[in-house]
This record gives sequence, C-alpha cells and structure tokens, in this order.
Amino acid sequence: MAAVSPPAAGASATPLRPAQVRARWRRQASRVAGYTALAVAAAGILLPFVWMVISSLKENNQVFTVPLQWIPDPFVWQNYVDIWAKSDMTTWIKNTLVLSVSVTFLQVLTGSFAAYGFSKMRFPGRDALFLLYVATIAVPWQAYMIPQFVMLSNVGLSNTLWSILALQTFSAFGVFLMKQYYESIPESLSEAARIDGMSEYGIWRRIILPLSTPAIASLTLLTFVNTWNDYLGPLIYLRSPDLWTLQLGLQTFVGQYNAEHALIMAGSVISVLPIAVIFLFGQKFFVQGIATAGVKG
Amino acid sequence: MATTAVDDRRSGPPGPLPDAPPGPRRRRPGSRLKRRNTLIGWSFILPNFIGFALLTLIPVVTLFYLSLTEWNVFGGAEWVGLDNFTRLVGDPSYRTALWNTIYYSAVHIPATLVASLCLALLLNRKLRGVAFFRTVAFFPYITSIVAIAVVWNMLFSPEYGPINQFLSFLGVENPPGWTTSADSSMPAVIIVGVWREMGYYMLLLLAGLQTVPPELYEAARVDGAGAWSRFWNVTLPCLRPTMFFVTVILTINSLKVFDLILVMTDGGPGQSTLVLSQFIYAKGFEENQFGYASAVAVTLFFLCITVTIVQFLWNRRRDA
Repeated sequence: MAAVSPPAAGASATPLRPAQVRARWRRQASRVAGYTALAVAAAGILLPFVWMVISSLKENNQVFTVPLQWIPDPFVWQNYVDIWAKSDMTTWIKNTLVLSVSVTFLQVLTGSFAAYGFSKMRFPGRDALFLLYVATIAVPWQAYMIPQFVMLSNVGLSNTLWSILALQTFSAFGVFLMKQYYESIPESLSEAARIDGMSEYGIWRRIILPLSTPAIASLTLLTFVNTWNDYLGPLIYLRSPDLWTLQLGLQTFVGQYNAEHALIMAGSVISVLPIAVIFLFGQKFFVQGIATAGVKG
Repeated sequence: MATTAVDDRRSGPPGPLPDAPPGPRRRRPGSRLKRRNTLIGWSFILPNFIGFALLTLIPVVTLFYLSLTEWNVFGGAEWVGLDNFTRLVGDPSYRTALWNTIYYSAVHIPATLVASLCLALLLNRKLRGVAFFRTVAFFPYITSIVAIAVVWNMLFSPEYGPINQFLSFLGVENPPGWTTSADSSMPAVIIVGVWREMGYYMLLLLAGLQTVPPELYEAARVDGAGAWSRFWNVTLPCLRPTMFFVTVILTINSLKVFDLILVMTDGGPGQSTLVLSQFIYAKGFEENQFGYASAVAVTLFFLCITVTIVQFLWNRRRDA
C-alpha cells in the first residue's frame, strides 16, 4: 500500500525507472477511480432516502417543484405532529412492536433448540428431516398462502395477531442459520460436558447457547426487521383497523391521503427510523448472519 | 463432521456411560441409548417442527388438493378434477401474468447479478470507507417495502418527479411515464427491485470473494496476467459456488416477486405489471376463488422447483 504516496515524493534514494513510475501512477489512478465509483454508488443508493427526509420537512405544495428544491424553506416540523393526529400511528406501532418482539423471541428459541438437534445429535431420520427444511426454501410462500389461510381461518385465527405470530415464527431460515453456526463449534466441547454427566439440554443451555451469541444476535435482528417490515401477512390476515401493523396502516394512509405528499413522507420516515437505528448499531450482526447462512448454501 | 465421537458412543462403547441409567436394566446399553438419543434428538426438533409442519408442509400438500376443487369460502370444496387447469390454459390474464413474471425475471436476474458483483468487487479492494459503504448498500434491503414504494412512486412521478426532471435536464425529449404508463411500468419496477436487492447479494458475493486465496492472484500476477484476465481466470472460477447459490436464490425471489409490485403499481396500469403471485392473490383473496387460485399457485410451485432443479443439475454437470 506504499502506492498511496505520489511517486515524486518517493523517499527511496535510487531513482525510479520509468516503468515503475508508470505502474505507480496506474495504481494511483485505479484508486481514484475506485473512490469515485464508491461515492457515486453510495449517492445513488442513498438518494431516495435523502429525498424522503427532505420532502417530509416541506410544505405539501413544495414537494414537487421545478426546479427541485433541495433544502426545505421553511422546515415544517409540524408534519411530524400532524401525522399522529391524522392517523392511528400509535396503535399501528404498538401492534407491530408486540408482533416483532414475540415473533423474534419464539423464533430464536425454537430455532436454536431445533438447530441443536440437527447439528449436535445423531439419530435416524435426522438428515432427511433437515433436507425437508432446506427444500422448502425453494417453495415460495406465495404458492401456499391460500391453503395456509384456509387452515388458519378454519381454526379461527384469521383476523387475530396470533395468525401473524404463527406465520412468522417457524421459519426454516432460523433453523438453518443457527445450524450453520453450531457446526463451527467444536464437538469436543459438548463431548467433554457429556463425560462430566451434563444432559443434552444442559449442554445446549450452558455451553452452546452462550457460545453462539453472535448467531443469536444475527437471527434476532434479522427476524425483528423482517417482522417489522412484513406487509403481505398483515394484509391478508388482519382485517380490523385496530389490529393493523405499521406497514399496513401506512399503505392505507397513502390510499386515503394520496395528495398529502409531505405527510406521507413523514409517515414513511417514522416507519423506517427504528429499523435504521437498529441497523446502524447492529450492522455487524446483519452482515455476519447473511454471510453465515449464505456461504455454505 | 465432528459427530463421529457420538457415533462411537452409540455403537457399544466399552467404558461406563455418562448418561446411561444405572441399575439392573443395563443389559443392552447400545440399543437403549440409541432410542434415548433419538427421543432427545426429536425433543429438540419438535417445538419448531410442529409449527413448521402445520404451517408449511401441510399447506403445501393441501395446495394440490385445493387446486383440483371448486372452493369458495362459504360453500366448501367440490371436486372438479383438472377443470381449473384447463381454464388456466385459456385465460388471457393468466398468460399475461406468466409472461410478465418471465419478463421481470429475465431482466431482473442478470441486472441484479451484474450490479451486485460490481459492488462486491469494488468493496473487496482495500479502500477506506468500505465498511460505511457496505452499510449503505445493504440498507435498502432492510427498509420496508411500503416506504420504498411510496418514495419511488414520487421519484418516478411523470411531470414533476426528480427523475424526469433530471432526464429533461439531460436533454431527453419525452421522458417515460414510468409507473403511470403501460410501456415503462415494468422497467420502473425492475429498477427499484435491483436497487433494493443488490446490497443483499453483494454481501453474499463479498463473503465468497474473501475466500479466494490471495496466492492465486499473486501467481497470476507473476505470470503476467492483467486485471481483466485475473478476473476471468481467478475470481470467477473461485466464486462459482457462491454465484450458483446467489443465482438460485435470486431466481426464486424473482419468480415469486409480489409485494414490491403490489404496493408500487398493484399490477397496473392495465395488466402491465401483473405477475403470477399477484394473480394468485387477486383470484384468491379478492375474488374468493380459492380453487382456481390454487391451480395458479401449483404452476408457480412447479416453475420454482423446476428452475431450481435444472440449476442444480447444470451446476453438477459443470462440477464433474
């Protein structure tokens, strides 16, 4: 990485040959190109979010202007007050929070429990069963949402928050992610604990679980965000407005007040903000989780 | 891999067993232990498996039955054999939905693959700010579909939207109507799809890139290979397992595309962005034709499974 310093300032006493100078320049140029590409790509990716925040702070009739106005004048913080009055935001957030927290808790609990069975125990039928889990990843939910809806309606769960809980909790993904991680924990640890007379449940709780904190963090964050953002489940199952989640509520709000651009943007910012905060603090775990579940395929 | 130790223990170990029950009934420790092990193993899996079986496996099986019936919410199921499928063949809306799904996939898959590979290669270089950029690129993937759709619809707004303002600034005479016109609604949706998902696939590809041994690049450089040749002869071959995985996931995700389109265009204008998943939703939940909708779902099911199997076979052939 010595190429950072320009060739003219090269501290070496011996004069550089022209070929070396050219190679250095070329490397320098490629770095500049790299940074430019990074900056352009980052700007392109972030622009919609920037526009969302800016528009949420404008007067409604200033959102679409020619030419574009990049800094709101004046800043209309009132939008963030009005949205609470005009919509049922509090109920939506409460429902979404209740669902996200309980789904995440159950998913992590049952997922890591099952993953222990799949990776640390040996018994007939285990691999066939796991294959079944993996195979369903290729089956889109859209293909079986109708029979699922018929079943859950028959037992009276449609139009209750329980339906979403049931839908989201038992994903194959959680089992998959945890199993991938457990396989990286050396078998000798649980073997030693077995010799000390610890039961399998004890090994799971006292040894494997504490060792898998990174994987648990990944699964927790991914599940939470996933449930928070889910739109289709609530759309199909939750009919009464007092059960609506943030996403469903926001979409209905957009339909009702489709000319209130600034207000809609304020609502969108509110719906994205918690996720953005969680992501900023836990982004390491998101990245690790995605990589763990992905690399071995 | 490391499970051999457990195997030994199961097939009649010589020493005293840590968790075998003491007492007189210790005659056949091997088979007793095996059964015990199986029971404990199942007890771990069961809490998750019950939910998984009830909510995923059984619905998938029921789907096939439903597709052979005429079913509405109040009446109950009536067996109609393959009627739903013959009706499908003659349904122009179904053909549109199938065609649009293929259109979306055929553009979305290569575009996302190229975009995310470029991003991953960029991030794999030792540049400052790479960690920040990784965060930025992944962020769209974890923001809610509703917020994304709302923002992009405004950005795409034909007369005063920022995108078309930018296009006319560049001198484009007749900027497209995006989500308001049947010709450009699908490209608009695809653009948002690529923008949203490339960060996710970038992460997967980046993880793959980091497994490429640096010695290979060194060796190639010593042999005088240029950057382009190193990419084709070192990076791509080493990345093939990851690429394969990414392509499979990307394909399934493209074939089942739903919520993005539902929120952005609701299949419109006209039927220009109507896709299979949405057709299932409309027939099932808006028109209550559960049987017919299930028949459509069966075709989506087979489409995904077939494509996945073909990709697996193709991958295996290249491995051999």
